[in-house]
Amino acid sequence: MSEAVAASDILETYGAGAAPPASPALPWLESLRAGARARAAAAGLPTPRQETWKYTNLRPLEKLAFGTPSPGQIGAERLPSLLPQGQSARRLVFVNGRFNAGLSACADLPEGVRAGSLAEALDGGGGFDLAGHLGRIAGGEDQAMMDLNTALMSDGFFLHVEAGVQLDQPIEAIYLGAGQAFHPRGLIIMEENSRAIVVEHHDGLGGGAYFANHGCEISIGAQAQLRHYKVQAEADDAIHLANVRVKVEAGGIYDSFVLARGARLSRNEVSVRLEAPGAECHLNGIYMLRGDQHCDNTTTVEHLAPETSSREVFKGVLDDRSRGVFQGKIVVHKDAQKSDGHQLSKVLLLSDRAEMDAKPELEIYADDVKCSHGATAGDLDPDALFYLRARGIPEASARHMLIEAFLADTINNLAAEGLCPALMASVGHWLSDAATGEAP
Amino acid sequence: MLKIENLHATVGGKGILKGLDLKIGPGEIHAIMGPNGSGKSTLSYVLSGREGYEVTEGTVTYQGRDLLAMEPEERAGAGIFLAFQYPVEIPGVPNTTFLREAVNAVRKYKGEPGLDPMAFMKVLRAKIKELQVPDDLIKRAVNAGFSGGEKKRNEILQMALLDPTLAILDETDSGLDIDALKTVADGVNAMRSPDRSVLVITHYQRLLDYIVPDHVHVLAHGRIVRSGGKELARELEKTGYAAFTGEAA
Repeated sequence: MSEAVAASDILETYGAGAAPPASPALPWLESLRAGARARAAAAGLPTPRQETWKYTNLRPLEKLAFGTPSPGQIGAERLPSLLPQGQSARRLVFVNGRFNAGLSACADLPEGVRAGSLAEALDGGGGFDLAGHLGRIAGGEDQAMMDLNTALMSDGFFLHVEAGVQLDQPIEAIYLGAGQAFHPRGLIIMEENSRAIVVEHHDGLGGGAYFANHGCEISIGAQAQLRHYKVQAEADDAIHLANVRVKVEAGGIYDSFVLARGARLSRNEVSVRLEAPGAECHLNGIYMLRGDQHCDNTTTVEHLAPETSSREVFKGVLDDRSRGVFQGKIVVHKDAQKSDGHQLSKVLLLSDRAEMDAKPELEIYADDVKCSHGATAGDLDPDALFYLRARGIPEASARHMLIEAFLADTINNLAAEGLCPALMASVGHWLSDAATGEAP
Repeated sequence: MLKIENLHATVGGKGILKGLDLKIGPGEIHAIMGPNGSGKSTLSYVLSGREGYEVTEGTVTYQGRDLLAMEPEERAGAGIFLAFQYPVEIPGVPNTTFLREAVNAVRKYKGEPGLDPMAFMKVLRAKIKELQVPDDLIKRAVNAGFSGGEKKRNEILQMALLDPTLAILDETDSGLDIDALKTVADGVNAMRSPDRSVLVITHYQRLLDYIVPDHVHVLAHGRIVRSGGKELARELEKTGYAAFTGEAA
């Protein structure tokens, strides 16, 4: 039995270096943390005996030997920006979960936009009342890791966009990790008819193994739109877990894309509540794994109101002994007539030893809905491979071209086109690691 | 140029080629004709190195080298080009990117420097003008959603760009109307030269009205059962293959 880090130990084991300061001035926050602390301590880490964790075992986390928490000096030139030159003016940098003002730059924010550190916002900076939002979207059962995050959170990405304000330039959130556990908490509030693009980049600083346990709550008001893009390129020995909880009001759109290629074990869990008519979400992602990497994408979409729609496409490329997991749950509630929910999981298995577990789950309680799901797994098309080789293209390059082609349409369909080249470059980076024989 | 001796090949354990001999000299155009199931496509795949086609006996020498020991891409680099009977659709790979990768890969085998995108586009523009290939063909993904005629034109465009020393046309006429057939034939004829050989594999004589061969061979039951000049094609059109399939049996 793997009860090494169970029950009450959990806060101590993963709280080191991340223990939040007491906030006597904010009794609501104290009580939020206390509740989460009690639940986290009672639950311990999730195990595969729980249905939603059946395919992802956190034993590697129990055994994780943390590296050195001190990452040394970081210069701005080391920041792995995803944005094209000249667009990275707005970036918030978090080192081991804590906001680093020196590395961040957030000039010229328009009136009505607050972007910065959650810790500062909690201190009263910016004059925004957080009590009505923080911890209000997260909730429900089976969320041990979110509880752990709530219990131990002290800082993270905070964005508030007031009604009618439309931000065309992306805001970048860069998370750098080294040698310890940390629990960043994001909060994004999009008021009515506002727009924003948030780009997250997760990377390691080379300080050895670390554990990033992200939590994020997002509220999308009526007719508001958030494009939320993430590149998870954590260090090889890192563990990355993320819980994103979203609610969308009438006519609002949550558009999410996650590219995962780092970490030895990662799980990205997104839960969306489509709460009013016309609410919409797109949850897309690609993942590229090799060696012993494990990557889990778990999504839940709740259609709570009529004429809500969801679209999900996840594509994976699995090499060596890597393992991919896709769990996609769509619940269409009784009143959610004329809703549609579609989901697709496609995987390229490049090795006989790679494994993919895809579990679609549709629960439909309304009678006039359109829902579908599909899952495919296969090798590269041998006819296409031969065709390219017959034109002189060496096998390795031909394979790369076909893998890129497999992933490209997911990227090229993104609404924020400016990001596509950087995302394709990230795919290219993964492919070239294969060419140099890195990470066997 | 190309010398095939006593070639035996199996597909899925089944013997298809059973002692095929063929010699093609520089600049010559040879046609191989035969009924369905005679081994025509197997021959083209064995020559281009497709997996699953196993040579059990015999040799193939190309410009003095053991062709059967080479990978498909090495064969392309050595100047062999197979125009596919069924060109493969590759969604997601832009045709221009594919063509540039192919051209630069083959140039590398020849010891020539690669072309940068700008230089390549110049070459490509000239070729599509010369071959009257519609502009949008190079902008789309490789063969994806192309009509039968467009796919064959794309094959000829690739051939013109890769400048092979031996072009193998596998049933290039299949699925083409007469205008498309003429365009394709014009493209091949324009490439005729004393140091480029062509092997035309076809079921029908029709294509040979436009690409006139120096030698015609009849393939039946995995062997060449008769060889002759271009007049043999017309004879076949009249008599059909029955006489030959009987002869070989």
